[in-house]
Amino acid sequence: MSISLLTFYLFSAILLLSSLMVISTKNPVHSVLFLILAFLNAAGIFVILHAEFLAMILIIVYVGAVAVLFLFVVMMLDFKTSLGKDNILQYMPIGLLIGLVFIAELVIVLINTRLDLSNIQILSNPLDNFSGQSNTEAIGSILYTNYVLYFQLSGVILLVAMVGSIVLTLRDREGVKRQIVSEQVDREGKIELVDVKSGEGVDI
Amino acid sequence: MIELNQFLILSALLFSIGVIGIFLNRKNVIIILMSIEIILLAVNINLVSFSYFLNDLTGQIFSLFVLTVAAAEAAIGLAILVIYNRNAGSIEIEKINTLKG
Repeated sequence: MSISLLTFYLFSAILLLSSLMVISTKNPVHSVLFLILAFLNAAGIFVILHAEFLAMILIIVYVGAVAVLFLFVVMMLDFKTSLGKDNILQYMPIGLLIGLVFIAELVIVLINTRLDLSNIQILSNPLDNFSGQSNTEAIGSILYTNYVLYFQLSGVILLVAMVGSIVLTLRDREGVKRQIVSEQVDREGKIELVDVKSGEGVDI
Repeated sequence: MIELNQFLILSALLFSIGVIGIFLNRKNVIIILMSIEIILLAVNINLVSFSYFLNDLTGQIFSLFVLTVAAAEAAIGLAILVIYNRNAGSIEIEKINTLKG
């Protein structure tokens, strides 16, 4: 058993167990922490698959941003957790049935078929074109040339998400004193111009 | 040498865990959002493993875009969750039945 196979089994075992814990723990904070563990192990699997850039992006974006966002929301909203157990038992049969059907179908198909990828000739970006380059360089060199439109569009998607979530969560509270800059710098009607005669002065 | 089928089985199991999580959880919506994240992670593992075994980089590019959309979806979903919690006072799925016919 080679080292890479061993690490693959280790990462995938922790990945599956922690994702099981995500959906089964009662405390949402524990769920988020197990989600972070699952993402870290998925990043390890990406490294095994020689996708180093995606592994690092997974850690930065998912663990650093998305999971922390989940953690913020879980901790800021005060959920009333741990209801009765009857709720779970009520939906257990249908959930397990659907899940087991999914698992059985997918795994039976995957065990019984062997995909032969050696003679597929439809590659659009074969890795042989990028020999001597790192994974990040290769991704960058095709992302910014062939896929630049999609790159821009994903930026637009992120912008829409940002604007949408700000608009959704923005609210005006009553009785909050705000600075009104236009009123503050407005001199209209607040300045009096006086024609001062020389030698006399003016009363203020 | 790890075979392609092992990665595909791993991602199939992960996908199924995400689907079970959606069906099984009836307490709060945030676990459902996390289950969707798990499903998208399974899809990403599929894409990256095909990219590796086909010697083709397109899968990783596509996976990058899936990641972007997943991040946007998480942000919007959590924003909706926050305002729903503010308006309704709870995010229990059992009590979200306003649109029930």
